Amino acid sequence: MNRLKLATVWLDGCSGCHMSLLDMDMVIVDVAPRVDLVYGPLVDAQEFPEGVDVTLVEGAVSSQDDLRKLQKIRGRTRLLVALGDCAVTSNVPAMRNSLVAQKLLQAVYVEHAQENRGVPVDGVPALLPQARPVHEFVKVDAHVPGCPPAPKAIVTLLQDLLAGRKPEANPKIKFG
Amino acid sequence: MPPKKISIRIDGELVGASDGMTILEAARAAGKQIPTLCYMAGLSAVGGCRVCMVEVSGVGRLLPACTTPVQDGMSVTTNSPQLTRYRRIAVELLLVERNHVCAVCVSNGHCELQSLAKSLGVTNVRYTYNYPRLPVDLSHPRFVLDHNRCILCTRCARVCSEVEGAHVWEMTNRGIKARMTTEMNQTWGSSQSCTSCAKCVQACPTGALSEKGYAVEEMVKRYDHISALATSKGAQV
Repeated sequence: MNRLKLATVWLDGCSGCHMSLLDMDMVIVDVAPRVDLVYGPLVDAQEFPEGVDVTLVEGAVSSQDDLRKLQKIRGRTRLLVALGDCAVTSNVPAMRNSLVAQKLLQAVYVEHAQENRGVPVDGVPALLPQARPVHEFVKVDAHVPGCPPAPKAIVTLLQDLLAGRKPEANPKIKFG
Repeated sequence: MPPKKISIRIDGELVGASDGMTILEAARAAGKQIPTLCYMAGLSAVGGCRVCMVEVSGVGRLLPACTTPVQDGMSVTTNSPQLTRYRRIAVELLLVERNHVCAVCVSNGHCELQSLAKSLGVTNVRYTYNYPRLPVDLSHPRFVLDHNRCILCTRCARVCSEVEGAHVWEMTNRGIKARMTTEMNQTWGSSQSCTSCAKCVQACPTGALSEKGYAVEEMVKRYDHISALATSKGAQV
């Protein structure tokens, strides 16, 4: 049996969705041997591989790096899932959206900084003007909202995908 | 003289109703569910949210069940793929208009907008989010007005004027700029006419109005108390 090539990625989020993914209890014993986790914060791969079956995207698109990653992932993934409220609605990262990004950085890293004042530029990607949901940039094949999505909602999604079914709209999932 | 008895069909089933009832009242009396958001039993109906839209045979457009009176022989459809589509559109437009960040809202898990989205199967929003910059009025000693969560249902204004009789709330401006305001657009805390009865807070379907001291997910409202009060008040008038 071909194992499902699964990748996960963490953009502008808190990693709570990844924790929820790992919180599936005994089901993980059933799921783990049937998937090949090829990329993501849970494994050590450096480069996003070609020919991935499913990628779970956590987080909103907030920086140029998020956007570059997302576009590369979309080009190399068959089914892209927006996992959690940040990916689906932009959620908490979007609470900066009514402010000017540069002014926000000034306020946080200069005006209210206790030490090392200055907006960091080295080694950190530039912010986009707003944090926006994933579907505004690339095609999304399934949305699983929730903050975080319940482990059961993620299990239902994975079981659908493993069985080769198109993910069904799950009546139990909600925003927040 | 008691109101005239009439009969209508709801989803094909023959239902008894009285003259003067709305489609929504007749449907609920017959145990049929029509989703609502701006409607609150006992208060006047405004037909603002467009969530209770129904199909009426022979009428070429959808009608809001909460404001449309029943007529003898009327045939109403309360659920169809078309109605679900339109109800989803109504909810999605409410979700993009302001900042409904469920994850950090006092009403998370107890919100009518959130549960309506869930029951309609809204798992994402196809429209572009507006992300407006909106104020929060913390001037009242006991209550909070957060415009970010307001859907302009006007339940606060109706319960305040029709049940409490204080008429603190008004809608200011029009369209996308419309805001619920207190005391002729003064801060809530400076209001002379507010009695601090909290009926507006309890009637609010989202986290727009809440009591101070409640954290995320803690604000549970008692809509049934408000409706019971509003209904008995209406009977007295």
